[in-house]
Amino acid sequence: MVPGLEQYLILSAFIFSIGLFGAVTKRSAVVILICIEIMLAGVNIALVAFSRFITPVELTGQSFSVFVIVVAAAEVAVGLAIILALYRQRHTIDTDKIDLLKW
Amino acid sequence: MGLQIAFWMLSAAAVIAAAGVVWQKNLFRAALLLVVCFLATAGIFVTLSADFLAAAQVIINVGAVAILIIMSIMLTREVTRGSPANRLGVPAFFLTGIVAAAIIFAVFKTSWPLSGDLPAEPTSSALAHLLLGAEGFELVIQMGALLLLATIIGAIVLLKENK
Repeated sequence: MVPGLEQYLILSAFIFSIGLFGAVTKRSAVVILICIEIMLAGVNIALVAFSRFITPVELTGQSFSVFVIVVAAAEVAVGLAIILALYRQRHTIDTDKIDLLKW
Repeated sequence: MGLQIAFWMLSAAAVIAAAGVVWQKNLFRAALLLVVCFLATAGIFVTLSADFLAAAQVIINVGAVAILIIMSIMLTREVTRGSPANRLGVPAFFLTGIVAAAIIFAVFKTSWPLSGDLPAEPTSSALAHLLLGAEGFELVIQMGALLLLATIIGAIVLLKENK
């Protein structure tokens, strides 16, 4: 059986959920960023699968995937800069200890 | 047949690598497994005949993002501390299970307007027309350039030494 749209979307759902689980349960800020990257990779698979099976000639989904990659790169750069700035001030990046804004 | 084998092997690699990132206690190995996950994703893009995106994924995510993450792990000395989990493990597991079940339910309940056309190959020229052409997403591309500039300036300002 040649993999169709459903198989790709289920794979995307699995990868997204694994990333979500990691992002919710991990305490190290760097690992949370890594898990968000995994979530974005899952979303990219879904977008490219839509592009392949629904608009194979117009490639609309792939153009959205390009924007996702651009925004992910920007997010990682700023996120790691914030983490390094936090580490300089507080010598930890444990999210259980960075709770100034926590109610 | 070859496409089928490639799809199952690459998806197994991607899911196992993603799960490994979550389960792995060693932070450095988690970052290396992220690279494996990105590479498998690039391979899945190839099976979807998205050649340009596969190359972009390898260059940007495997090349740049992974290096940035590994460097920040080194700079924060978190390797000694590992990647501990918080107390939300069980509720988060059920939450993500519900999310995955909802997505899969929606996938099977929706009737997708499938198109039988053969995919455009190579995709780079069609993508270039779509992204940079007069009727395409030209404004969004320029906003993306602005976003990257703002990111660079923001990262420099955040990490500047306060004198």
